[in-house]
Amino acid sequence: MTQRLVVVGNGMAGARFVEDLLARGGGKRYRISIFGDEPYGNYNRILLSSVLAGSHDAEDIFINPLAWYEANGVKLHAGVRAAAIDTERKVVRGANGIDERYDKLVLATGSGPFVPPIAGLWNQAGAFKEGAFVFRTLEDCNAIGQASERSRKAVVVGGGLLGLEAARGLLERGLEVHVVHLMDHLMELQLDAKGGAILQRTLEGMGLHIHLNKSTQEVLGSPRVTGLRFEDGSALDCDLLVIAAGIRPNVALAREAGLLVERGIVVGDDLATPGDPDIHALGECAQHRGRTYGLVAPLWEQAQVLADRLSGRDPRAQYAGSKVSTKLKVMGVELAVMGTRERSGADEEIAYEDASRGIYKKLILRERRLVGSILLGDASAAPNLFQAFDREAEITADPAALLFPAAAEAKPRSVLDAPDSLQICNCNGVSKSAIVQAARRGCRSLKAVCEATRAGTGCGTCRRDVQALLEGTLGQGGTAEDPSVHYYVPGVPLAKPDLIRAVKELGLHSVSSVFHALAEGKEDPASKPGLASLLKTVWGKDYEDERDARFINDRVHANIQRDGTFSVIPRIYGGVTTPAELRRIADVAERHQAKMVKITGGQRIDLLGIPKEKLPEVWRDLGMPSGHAYTKAFRTCKTCVGTDFCRYGVGDSTSLGIAIERRFQGIESPHKMKLATAGCPRNCSEATTKDLGAVAIEGGHWEVHVGGAAGSRVRKGDVLCVVESHEEVLRFMGRFMQYYREHAKYLERTYDFVERVGIDKLKAVLVKDEEGIAARLDAEIQAAVDAYQDPWEEAHHPVHPQQFARALEPSRENEPAAELAEASS
Amino acid sequence: MSGSPMPVQRRIYNLGPASRIPLGEGKVYEVAGRALAVFRTRQGMLHATQAACPHRGGPLADGVLGNGLVVCPLHGFKFELSTGSPVGNDCRALETYRVELTGGGDMLLFLDEP
Repeated sequence: MTQRLVVVGNGMAGARFVEDLLARGGGKRYRISIFGDEPYGNYNRILLSSVLAGSHDAEDIFINPLAWYEANGVKLHAGVRAAAIDTERKVVRGANGIDERYDKLVLATGSGPFVPPIAGLWNQAGAFKEGAFVFRTLEDCNAIGQASERSRKAVVVGGGLLGLEAARGLLERGLEVHVVHLMDHLMELQLDAKGGAILQRTLEGMGLHIHLNKSTQEVLGSPRVTGLRFEDGSALDCDLLVIAAGIRPNVALAREAGLLVERGIVVGDDLATPGDPDIHALGECAQHRGRTYGLVAPLWEQAQVLADRLSGRDPRAQYAGSKVSTKLKVMGVELAVMGTRERSGADEEIAYEDASRGIYKKLILRERRLVGSILLGDASAAPNLFQAFDREAEITADPAALLFPAAAEAKPRSVLDAPDSLQICNCNGVSKSAIVQAARRGCRSLKAVCEATRAGTGCGTCRRDVQALLEGTLGQGGTAEDPSVHYYVPGVPLAKPDLIRAVKELGLHSVSSVFHALAEGKEDPASKPGLASLLKTVWGKDYEDERDARFINDRVHANIQRDGTFSVIPRIYGGVTTPAELRRIADVAERHQAKMVKITGGQRIDLLGIPKEKLPEVWRDLGMPSGHAYTKAFRTCKTCVGTDFCRYGVGDSTSLGIAIERRFQGIESPHKMKLATAGCPRNCSEATTKDLGAVAIEGGHWEVHVGGAAGSRVRKGDVLCVVESHEEVLRFMGRFMQYYREHAKYLERTYDFVERVGIDKLKAVLVKDEEGIAARLDAEIQAAVDAYQDPWEEAHHPVHPQQFARALEPSRENEPAAELAEASS
Repeated sequence: MSGSPMPVQRRIYNLGPASRIPLGEGKVYEVAGRALAVFRTRQGMLHATQAACPHRGGPLADGVLGNGLVVCPLHGFKFELSTGSPVGNDCRALETYRVELTGGGDMLLFLDEP
């Protein structure tokens, strides 16, 4: 039975809630209609000041255009204010006389501008005088923009966030701008007095005029605004006036309907009104546990809880209030605030200020826990502080260090400041402006932007920058969380642990059976290789191998090149070869006219330009096993000459490297694994920047490194453990590999995996065996080692007669089968 | 449509048994001096397109199939098998050709020559 759901309010809260509800399948359960006061779809109110400043066009800030509502079967009464609610008959009446019956009602009426009672602000008709505006809606924004073209000097009443944002917009339009504020410092809701003073100095440096402790008594001029008079008797002339003195929840509709209203519409932890469980409220109009919120983050949390409840996904979901922390830009100045502004009682306070650079940082600690912070002018410490604040973690280290993230952690210059032409994705040549445009055209998640522009689809290093541009373009509230980032592969909606559980429970041994059972039969091509890899790891020799799920490299066991030919790299254990082997390789290269013979970075030899149909012959002639240089698996182990010849070597890295390579050759994994062993800390084989590395140190010890990288990113590996023997190196490396095989996402390199999981956790699980799984991991990797088969054996036993065929021809006996001349229609 | 009908010569080639193409994969066929990629999906559908990806000439027959799409092995560009339309990229569309299965399990390829 479909029920009727009516949402009053099409702003950031109402529309977000509907999106969240639809994402949880709520479209099947409800017929949804929305009343929206404004005559268009839903837009990002946070970006209004950018529209005023002219840096965004109005159409750039729309989150959902009208077509979105239609496409999702949502009936939008655009430009229709809800005039009354009849809670007895369960009907909402629109100002145009339309009635909508509801089974469930959600009030998201938001808030409106608070206008202090200033004499002379209104004309006799009860409207604002010409030249006077509030700053709340797109319409306000357009009106101010038009008026600014005829104006020279603007006054903004209100020195809070909204007022300063309006001031910024007007300043960028070239007006002389004055901000008049009632309190004794700017942004008193977010800042303390010191912070307010430092912000003031920075803003004055940008050309803003700021007047504090000013109570506006009268608006001068008629019919046009010509100036203001203040309580202290002083006056200020202007030809444009913006009132931005705060907001008040829009509660008149609810109050008239007889709902309990205090500062906002009162709701419980179920976000329902106490008297009527079918009526809910969220966003700025709602009052929960005595609080109303004016920031987007709490509103997102409320929308999710209510969508969970009403969709039936989690009918008992509760909203427990939000811890308020926010990071924003005030006229381009970074500001992050959380918790309390001022210390009380026995609180500890740590502050740093550099007024000349406009930087102010403050921490408030209560019983060694962070209860408040202000970061002005430099918010680089914000991520760490938000975490400490949210988790209420005890701060054991020197708290002052929290204010100054180590240089390595500090964010580099933001891509937001870079020129539009800057190339962000260096693999696919995608510029900053292409990414920004895609975001403005409606790509709201990282995945959507990457699919539309191809940015981030090569090595992936630039995805952080793409995300930053997305957030910078759409603002704090404009981006959409894409649930698929948590999936193991995009085409099956499960994270890796859930997917493995389902695969085992349902006994899914082949890729096609996974699509059947878990993806409604939809066979996502991009997900096939990842599933094949996972199933092989889960089932080992019981895996039902469907060759079409493999990437071409893994169908023919060679690496495809740009011209469609392949490269052949035989395995040379530890990079140690013999004259006879070299001679044989040389003969094969000549006989098959390899287009290039190349010494690889992994200490082996690459024969390039081999056509597909010649691969089996080349392998047979080489008589060497596959080097797996084409697949997501153990690749190679580089070695140095160790103790046999090197005069510095302290450990036999050469025979260790050979042993590693013999043991782990061909072990499949979520991404490739490149290894090395070094016979001394000089690290000639670069073992510390490999996925796994072993470095001999004085005293007969070996350091086992994991998570090193020297690819698209450079990272020094972490030391997992220090051991005494080759056998132990092999054991811990194998244990790490198995854990990585079981827990990493597809295409997640070890260096991302180690950072994500954390070396401390890895040590606890793999070395100290705190979860008691070490023996199982050792057994599983041993089983994988035992199951190894050289794929180049398929030179003798192809899996399909056409496995290596380059091109086929029509059957000879009846070619062409028929021949006729026709006229096309 | 408007205009006088263009005379074409339609040639039909027997590509042999469908089992020459492993299930869910593609193979290149050389027909009348032309290289075509012929695909056999897991659902048993047959499709034929030009062999080379319009982006950088990648061998489409070596691509992964699924959801009615082929993914070029070189740079991951996607195309719809039935229409040749690009998906998520602005390459030009692939040429497509009619291919049908006979009762005996052979594949017939229809080539129109102007």
